[in-house]
Amino acid sequence: MATTQSGGLRWEHGLLALGLALLAVGHVQGLFFAPAEAMMGDVGRILYVHVPTAWADMLVYTACFGFAVAALWTGKATYDAAVEASAEVGVLYNALLLFQGSVWARPTWGVFWTWDPRLTTSAVVLVLFLGVLVLRRVIPEPERRLNLSAIAAVLAYVGVPIVYFSVKWWRTLHQPFSSPQTVDGSFITPLRLAAFGMIFLGAGLIGLRWRALRRGLERDLATPDLPAAAPALRLPGEAGGSAAGGAL
Amino acid sequence: MALSPTVILRQIGQILSKDLLIEWRARSRGFALACFALTLLLLFSFAVGADATTLRTHAGAYLWMSIFLSSTLLLAQSMAHEVEAGALDTLVLAPISPAALFFGKALANAGQLVLLAAVALPPVIALFDAPLRESPLRLAAVVVAGCLGVAAPGTLYAALTARLQSRQLLLPLLLFPLLVPCLLASVKATSLLMSGDPMHQVNAWLGLLLAFDLLYWSICGLLFGRVIES
Repeated sequence: MATTQSGGLRWEHGLLALGLALLAVGHVQGLFFAPAEAMMGDVGRILYVHVPTAWADMLVYTACFGFAVAALWTGKATYDAAVEASAEVGVLYNALLLFQGSVWARPTWGVFWTWDPRLTTSAVVLVLFLGVLVLRRVIPEPERRLNLSAIAAVLAYVGVPIVYFSVKWWRTLHQPFSSPQTVDGSFITPLRLAAFGMIFLGAGLIGLRWRALRRGLERDLATPDLPAAAPALRLPGEAGGSAAGGAL
Repeated sequence: MALSPTVILRQIGQILSKDLLIEWRARSRGFALACFALTLLLLFSFAVGADATTLRTHAGAYLWMSIFLSSTLLLAQSMAHEVEAGALDTLVLAPISPAALFFGKALANAGQLVLLAAVALPPVIALFDAPLRESPLRLAAVVVAGCLGVAAPGTLYAALTARLQSRQLLLPLLLFPLLVPCLLASVKATSLLMSGDPMHQVNAWLGLLLAFDLLYWSICGLLFGRVIES
């Protein structure tokens, strides 16, 4: 990987360190210093993990959408790598979000999962971006992969505003939008610290993956595609067959 | 070269009539698709069991699930014969607007889905004892809006996956999650029209369907050119 080969510290390492530090401070404040939530007691402290993950996940998906538009616009490998990196981090955060939500739902709603609009739309967006990642792995031609996965990412992003507004559009068990006006003042600082922690951590993770992916994608895009008929010319059983679409 | 709206409309009509003519000449394929949809309806009833109340309550869901599952076969086929014979490459080289190509093909797919729904609806009413309690015109509006909702992203994703080796797997994987709001609104509106709508909720679901259609027909129309050029 480029970072380890060069051996130096890069901006993404700084973001990771900053994110982890903010998360640590925010979680210590939330767990030990902030008062317990009035209705849920100590169970409500998962708020400092779950809500920042949700905010950061929305931002990561929005970044993925922006990178996808830039990739379509410019055709550059650097944006293509950023689409893949941000989709991976978005999926990771989304899976974490659903897991944390289930852990929280069990003591408060009595079930791990309910077909609530917020939960359902979040799960749908997870599957949509998983589809983008699967699509990238089955397209061997770099230029086609850039275009088609960016288009799939743009279409997948349409689900993100639906997740955000789902608590407003439908009757839901999930709490409505949170803001400094809707929570007690003592909750705000640990929430903000953890939220910026998740955002910087996500940005650092995207940076790490982007750097690892970019060089390979730039090399792929600089190499002209082989003619589509070339693999068919090989004799049966001949070694070195094309890996085209072999992932699935 | 920018084409005038009149030319684009004429091109949409030509693509639409071309696709419908191809499907008409291969009528046996459409018949097989209708049989598949009916088989799905029977499978749902076998899976749920002989509980008349449950079957009646979920009749709208069975109708739309059979349309959705059948739609991937229809959509994949609509692009397969373009790719197999290299017709798509010729269409891309021809002075045809990519938007016209998209709207022509998507309208042809939507028309076939409406026809499929019209074939599947009477068995749904008969098999699940789910008579229509509201105006048939409103049901027609829901069916048309629902099929338009499937057709736009379906045509785009069918084109996107048409040249990939795993297209049979990728098309439903990418398409179905995207169609969840469309499925939800279509099923809710159809179920209300079958069971009665004393609270006048159908219009809200129909509005959601129309918003979904407007959004995806616009976005997919914009993106289709990039998909077929790739």
